[in-house]
Amino acid sequence: MAREATPQELVQIRPRLSTLLHKAQQEQGRRFWRSLEELCETPEFIEYLQREFPHGASEWHDPVGRRRFLKLMGASLALAGLSGCVYQPQEKIVPYIRQPEEIVPGKPLFFATAMPFAGEAIGLLVRSNEGRPTKIEGNPQHPGSLGATDLWAQASILQLYDPDRSRTLLYLGDISSWSAFLGAVRTAMVNQGGKQGAGLRLLTETVISPTLADQIKALLQKYPAAKWHQYEPVTRDNVRLGAQMAFGQPVNAIYRFDQAARVVALDADFLFRGPGHLRYARDFANRRRVVADQKDMNRLYVAESSPTVTGSIADHRLPVKPSEIEALARAIAAGVGVGNVAAPTGEALAKYGSWIDAVVRDLDQHRGASIVVVGDEQPPVVHALGHAINAALGNVGRTVFYTDPVEANPVVQTESLRELVADMEAGRVEMLVILGGNPVYTAPADIPFRTALERVPLRIHLGLYRDETADLCHWHVPEAHYLESWSDARAYDGTVSIVQPLIAPLYQGKTAHEILAVLNDQPDRTSYDVVREYWQRQAGAADFERWWRRALHDGVVPDTAFTARTLSARTDFAAAPPTSTSAQGLEIVFRPDPSIYDGRFANLGWLQELPKPLTKLTWDNVIYLSPRTAERLGLDRVVGSRGGEVWSEIVELRFEGRTVRGPAYLVPGHPDDCVTVFMGYGRERAGRVGNKIGYNASAIRTTGAMWAGAGAELRRTGEAYQLASTQLHFLMEGRDLVRATILEEYMRNPEVVHERGHEPPEDLSLYPQYQYDGYRWAMAIDVSACIGCNACVVACQAENNIPVVGKEQVARSREMHWLRVDTYYEGDPENPTAYFQPIPCQQCEKAPCEVVCPVNATVHSAEGLNDMVYNRCVGTRYCSNNCPYKVRRFNYLLYQDWETPTYKMMRNPEVTIRSRGVMEKCTYCVQRIQAAKIEAEKDGRRVRDGEVLTACQAVCPTEAIVFGDLNDPNSRVAKLKAEKRNFSLLGELNTRPRTSYLAALRNPNPELKGA
Amino acid sequence: MPQLFRPSANSISRISIFGAVFIIASAIFLVIAFQRSSYITKAYVEVEQPVQFSHKHHVGDDGIDCRYCHTAVEVSSSAGMPSTQTCMNCHSQIWADSPYLEPVRESWRTGRPIEWNRVHDLPDYVYFNHSIHVNKGIGCSTCHGRVDLMPTVWQVASLQMEWCLQCHRAPEKFVRPRDQIFNMEWQPGPDQERLGRELVKAYEIKSPAILTSCSTCHR
Repeated sequence: MAREATPQELVQIRPRLSTLLHKAQQEQGRRFWRSLEELCETPEFIEYLQREFPHGASEWHDPVGRRRFLKLMGASLALAGLSGCVYQPQEKIVPYIRQPEEIVPGKPLFFATAMPFAGEAIGLLVRSNEGRPTKIEGNPQHPGSLGATDLWAQASILQLYDPDRSRTLLYLGDISSWSAFLGAVRTAMVNQGGKQGAGLRLLTETVISPTLADQIKALLQKYPAAKWHQYEPVTRDNVRLGAQMAFGQPVNAIYRFDQAARVVALDADFLFRGPGHLRYARDFANRRRVVADQKDMNRLYVAESSPTVTGSIADHRLPVKPSEIEALARAIAAGVGVGNVAAPTGEALAKYGSWIDAVVRDLDQHRGASIVVVGDEQPPVVHALGHAINAALGNVGRTVFYTDPVEANPVVQTESLRELVADMEAGRVEMLVILGGNPVYTAPADIPFRTALERVPLRIHLGLYRDETADLCHWHVPEAHYLESWSDARAYDGTVSIVQPLIAPLYQGKTAHEILAVLNDQPDRTSYDVVREYWQRQAGAADFERWWRRALHDGVVPDTAFTARTLSARTDFAAAPPTSTSAQGLEIVFRPDPSIYDGRFANLGWLQELPKPLTKLTWDNVIYLSPRTAERLGLDRVVGSRGGEVWSEIVELRFEGRTVRGPAYLVPGHPDDCVTVFMGYGRERAGRVGNKIGYNASAIRTTGAMWAGAGAELRRTGEAYQLASTQLHFLMEGRDLVRATILEEYMRNPEVVHERGHEPPEDLSLYPQYQYDGYRWAMAIDVSACIGCNACVVACQAENNIPVVGKEQVARSREMHWLRVDTYYEGDPENPTAYFQPIPCQQCEKAPCEVVCPVNATVHSAEGLNDMVYNRCVGTRYCSNNCPYKVRRFNYLLYQDWETPTYKMMRNPEVTIRSRGVMEKCTYCVQRIQAAKIEAEKDGRRVRDGEVLTACQAVCPTEAIVFGDLNDPNSRVAKLKAEKRNFSLLGELNTRPRTSYLAALRNPNPELKGA
Repeated sequence: MPQLFRPSANSISRISIFGAVFIIASAIFLVIAFQRSSYITKAYVEVEQPVQFSHKHHVGDDGIDCRYCHTAVEVSSSAGMPSTQTCMNCHSQIWADSPYLEPVRESWRTGRPIEWNRVHDLPDYVYFNHSIHVNKGIGCSTCHGRVDLMPTVWQVASLQMEWCLQCHRAPEKFVRPRDQIFNMEWQPGPDQERLGRELVKAYEIKSPAILTSCSTCHR
């Protein structure tokens, strides 16, 4: 969607932004703002704000002309009238031949399993409706989940049913058979047997499955000259190297955030991704929640080189260039008393002096109750420094624990891949078996994996998709999704979960265990046999069957968590002179995409359309840069008039002699003279959804700069590019909708939250009061706890059969998410504080939508829900027009896919599939409420508090969303609503929303006021 | 100047005005009646099945309980349809060679399920739950009629929303003691109103306001 830019289009916010940037800080008139456009009050923005609908939202943009459209409509109306006179087709009922014992039609079953992803297993409970997995929930008994899940686990159900998944075994691109594959492998293995497997190579992603590791070990014993390589683009090499540096051995660090009063994160997004993030988010939020009996709040300092959700909720956030992190770590280490640290040089640190001093003093006062956590991407020495700081602070054994590594064989993966490629180039590899992963796409640019691969005489690939790697391999075997597989995997603390299938493979997929079994000359063994047999050996239980059933039922294998090890960190590495901080030119930061990760989820529409945290961009990756850097380079962006379109300039980014082209995007809070690029886009063979969108960051990523580098160059091209962002959708006209204060202030005057708004008395209404004798459903959302991770949005989409609309429709403000997470910024555009506020339907007691519906399609229920009756809706959109919260979504077109058979299996049978012309919105997951009510009424009791979990609540890692019955004074939601922090959104409108919010609290260090 | 209209024009105009009203009214009436007719609702229309299964014989003559086949009716939204195995429990012994049962035996042999034709077909945006009705004193025959007298099952109710609402607005008119749920012959007696009110209280049946909230049935 590139087009020539006209000069007017690219100079919209810059002049105003410049004045703002150069104004004395803290002088801005606005307290909260959602976008730079809003802050700058550009004319386009003001026009946009004052329009009832975004320009063109109701216009006809199709190439088919309006007249022709009317003709077609007339004809189809006549035909529809005729076809409306026929009977509904006769439905069939197809019972079982033999009724399985546990399946009761109409009642879902839940099975415990685990999703192996990014070096850890996330414990899950998966709902199965008549044998079809339909929804993923967290396993409350799993230490890494505690009932929560993340957006990737939520979306993995869509991956299972993805119609673009590889469906057949291929040989040279043609359909082949498993037996042919077995024959080919046998011949090759016999050949390899003669030379002890000297030509055999195995390439996997990070292996966290004990069984798979055992199988590989067996293979390597049989073929001692064969080699096993591991590579994953989001590699944790630096973590391993850092541990090596500090302890001389690979070690896994586990943090106890529930014990930590002070947390310092050095470019660590520990709340959002990485092993243990769900558990960490839960523990962190619990230590931070200010409610009736807990007035204590932890404090989070974050220094980061690219804005993340963790940084956004920090009490003190410091944007720094990636090259400065090491100096920062050294300064903190020296401050807290780590022996003989080579002092950081350069004047760079001078400007952070007060920040560092305050952090050091604060850490010093909380010895044994603090954590310094280092981001996975940081260089090894920063990790080692982090270990040394935690040791010096006495945190080890209190808030930080060390255990054996989670991965079965920790290796430095970039080295491993480099070694493999060298062997391939030298012709030493005769047979390469790639188990999962997509190295052709993800390999760093300076490792010529693609060309080297073509020199291997026999290449076998196991993968979910027929992707870039599959295309270059002789054999491609469709992989079984984890919901179709038997396997096992370790959580962040070592706890093993057995991965059990919810459904037989849809496309005869095979698991890595089965391929390994073939290589080990046991082609008849299924993954069930392999996994079970391994655990039979390990368990040593007298009654293995009982042990096995228990482990499957609970979703965790008992006593498999690693025990903490006592280790002392060396500090001799710190004496080495620091890496030079005088990096020249633009610095570059590589990060996995916050939605589609390293590209493995590129074909999932749910994730592509998910507004990314902070920028709210969909369907694209962009190049982040700070407003000041953009100003220096003369870059700008402009908001189009249709609501969601943002025009941005394409820039050419040159790094170490390689270039990519992508749209530049101004991000408040990004460090200056630094850009962030995101991996996962620019796919060629992802599938229908993910192909050919965005730029491929791997094309400029090198082994020397896997995560950050210096010396990038940015060149303007003058081409404008249309992005689809939801940040400006459903604006609420500049009112201060989010409320936030600091702990100190709140303690002094709890009413401070209410001083800014005014809520009319309860009886001030022309409409009669409703009586709620039964339940009074309500929701409380703690803005303080929300980390903006987006898991709730995907969970809602999965539970409520919400369609994906595509980039073009998002640009028109037509996305269908029932729940959105609004980002609000506060203060200085160079380093603003950010707040996340999830907005579902507010379920008003005096709902403006209800009174304007001409057909009674949205009506008040006796329990206070605003019921939406799809079958009555005629699509006038009056309700949406009258909704002050802009939470209603209209099916402008037929967004729902009614054809693809696999999607039919995926959908929640308890929720109506909406068609074109129908309004929809959040229902508080009324299907779950009804199911719980029916069960309770059959038992002759009331629904218990916590029995109904809405989809967004169930998934939330920080328990920011609480749902329940207000008529029960002891319910959690009633207690939260009694908090002084509780406020209603737009309470002055007297809509009396049932969803209310708890004001955000921050706990800044008094020493750092204004910083 | 002579009269343009003769006196009879008065009557003609009266008749045609009345006629127009009558025609419009009867057209509306016809549409409404058609909408409620069994052509649309399929009430009282026998549905042919792949097996000539007779409820009259099995329930009426043999006295088999509803739940022998519809096992899930007390616990789930769906009443449940019997698996082929349920049929074969008896029919591997009795009528084992009957030609009527060939489709059942074929299903058993081949492992291909019997495809029954649905008789009571609610629209997909309606979420009906058998278990809560059965547990709250609504008997089978209240909605399904005297199935024990039907050789081939037909629907006796319109299954339109107004029909549902009759009961959701006034459950006391239809509710029966729990021990009579599966009794096909139960009829509301002369003191149903008193009994109904007692049962509504005893079974804690929710108020009509809750029962007629849209989300009770539509999600």
